[in-house]
Amino acid sequence: MGTLRIMIAKPGLDGHDRGARVLARFLRDSGFEVIYTGCHQTPEQIVRAALQEDVDIVGLSCLSGAHRYLFPRVVELLREQGADDIVVIGGGIIPEGDFAFLSDAGIRAVFTPGTPLEDIAAWIRTHVARDGRETAWTE
Amino acid sequence: MPDKRYETTPRRTLALKSPAGCDGEVAVDIEKETGNCNTQLKRQWEDDVRQTGEGETGQKNRWTTVSDMPVKILYDPGDIENMEYARDIGYPGQYPFLRGNQATGYRGRLWTIRMFSGFGTAGDTNRRWKKLLKEGETGLSAAFDYPTLMGYDTDSPMARGECGKCGVAIDTLDDYLELVAGIPLDRITTSMTINPPATVLWAMYCAAAELTGIPLTEIGGTIQNDMLKEFIAQKTLMCPPEPSVKLISDTIEFGTRYVPRWNTVSISGYHIREAGATAVQELAFTLRDGIEYVDDVIARKGLNVDAFAPRLSFFFNSHIDFFEEVAKMRAARRMWASIMKNRFKARDPRSMWMRFHTQTAGCSLTAQQPYNNVVRTACEAMAAVLGGTQSLHTNSLDEVWCLPSDHAVEIALRTQQIIADETGVAGTIDPLAGSYYVEALTNDIEEQAWEYIRIIDEMGGMRAAIEAGYPQREIAEASYRFQRQMERGDKTMVGVNKYVTSEKIDIPVLDIDEQVEDVQLGRLKAVKRRRNDRDVRTALNNLKSACITGDNVMPLCIEAVKSRATVQEICDVYREVYGEYHDQGIY
Repeated sequence: MGTLRIMIAKPGLDGHDRGARVLARFLRDSGFEVIYTGCHQTPEQIVRAALQEDVDIVGLSCLSGAHRYLFPRVVELLREQGADDIVVIGGGIIPEGDFAFLSDAGIRAVFTPGTPLEDIAAWIRTHVARDGRETAWTE
Repeated sequence: MPDKRYETTPRRTLALKSPAGCDGEVAVDIEKETGNCNTQLKRQWEDDVRQTGEGETGQKNRWTTVSDMPVKILYDPGDIENMEYARDIGYPGQYPFLRGNQATGYRGRLWTIRMFSGFGTAGDTNRRWKKLLKEGETGLSAAFDYPTLMGYDTDSPMARGECGKCGVAIDTLDDYLELVAGIPLDRITTSMTINPPATVLWAMYCAAAELTGIPLTEIGGTIQNDMLKEFIAQKTLMCPPEPSVKLISDTIEFGTRYVPRWNTVSISGYHIREAGATAVQELAFTLRDGIEYVDDVIARKGLNVDAFAPRLSFFFNSHIDFFEEVAKMRAARRMWASIMKNRFKARDPRSMWMRFHTQTAGCSLTAQQPYNNVVRTACEAMAAVLGGTQSLHTNSLDEVWCLPSDHAVEIALRTQQIIADETGVAGTIDPLAGSYYVEALTNDIEEQAWEYIRIIDEMGGMRAAIEAGYPQREIAEASYRFQRQMERGDKTMVGVNKYVTSEKIDIPVLDIDEQVEDVQLGRLKAVKRRRNDRDVRTALNNLKSACITGDNVMPLCIEAVKSRATVQEICDVYREVYGEYHDQGIY
């Protein structure tokens, strides 16, 4: 299993980047290859970059409440490009009431405030393999 | 016989009643460390400490502030022995204004209770504002939604999904008129958190006042309008630093001439702190941003510093480490007074006043056990009051999850009222002055903040430092360090890494109806149908000319909003002339 490549992206207009920044750094220090997009990316820009960078995972961070539109849109565009194998996860201010909606839309996991960074890294290692296929869930 | 070493220094003595081990009254020369008697007592205490040993009460290994400044187990006169009251502490209303700008403190005028507020449509927010005023807030504070903050209209593809979620949606003057409908703009001051499009929203406020017959000389308020901290921390971005600063100088010049009661900048540390900076970084970067703006106005507009400095205002965070925050705010006052007097040669004492709004720290609140947040906000609000803030917003307990519900915002409001009317802390000025700990901490924070200012000066100023990524990297380091400390348990967040319960506590959350976007789109379409397109085009062309020639944009901006040009149409002019700036993505 090679080194996993993860893109941490901030879709939409939300500028609250502290969580994304800190996670990006942690994952880099933990041995992942990390690309951080910075703020204000459109779903199109994120998908283009994800394909260019040949990432295994896209992590979307949104604290503005616009996740219900933005997160599924990223998944939709990835599928249009035939990149179904890229695992999409999300984080930020996401009410529990939206988890099922996001899951149905193809977001594999959602990490909310207070989640330890190591838990996110562990989830990724458990659920994603470098060849792009999700490994078996270990619930 | 006077000791010759002290001949040139006035001798001050302190009479102590007989402590254990000393006979009768002892005159202690406080120019010396503490005199024989106190030294004896101190040694005794030090022995007691060694014998007892420091335990693990409170936080594990945490004998530092939340910003990692070391905290001693005890402070005594020795910690402030080099201070002179007149020179270093002084009286309120006198340089260096450490104890406050006004001789009468809060007894003369209480801080403004100013709750940051906005969501949905203009009508929704107008209703919430009226409720807050009725419940006792004394100043308004506008929160705009992300499209508005970023200079986009609701119908922009960039705005999809964002309308009305983080604040009120404003596309045109018609929205703004509904926002302030029924609010007496000559009798209440309004602060607006708005940065790249600050000229536009301020123009709308001015137009709204004029349309209700109120002259610009009679409106008071604040626009945040502090782009340097956007590049550093808050990240509502549009144009590059250089033209952004130019627009800010335009507003300062316009305000100086035509809107004398308006604070045209709120030089902010709040967001710098929220992004993960330490207290020292928050203070230093904020003051250095202020220096950058003052330099620019003087150079670009030729104004005398005393002409505009009295209307510069500031905005600080009040975080959870109680004494660190009080000390930081006191240091801010003394430092700004010195900067104005010594660096900029201001003569008017009002130029030397540090006037600031404070917001309790959003980043200190937890999603877990949300009712604990009421306690955090109360402690932080108390620190802000003891720090002498002129204006205060208290966060609501549910703000980790959503904008405040009616009930939660009421508690936040009552928090300030209880502090003001029940606790007595506002009854005397700067009550923590003279505390060995607080004065020592104020000195330490100040000293470290000067060092950051010196570094940025050497880099060529704040714009140069931003280009080099310096403040952004400092913040990235500090925020990562804090996160690691938290996850190791070196810093505690109750309910998150200590006293954790699996019990879920459900709180009602404010939900922004997805319909708001459709409603707002309808409103925008209607305005575009009604307005005179030629007038709009003329106004935008005139604005564009002003941008190109370097004239002050404000008068043209006011004309543009009156023609019902939209927020984005005006901002697109800025984008076209000045270029766009994108987040560098430093982490």
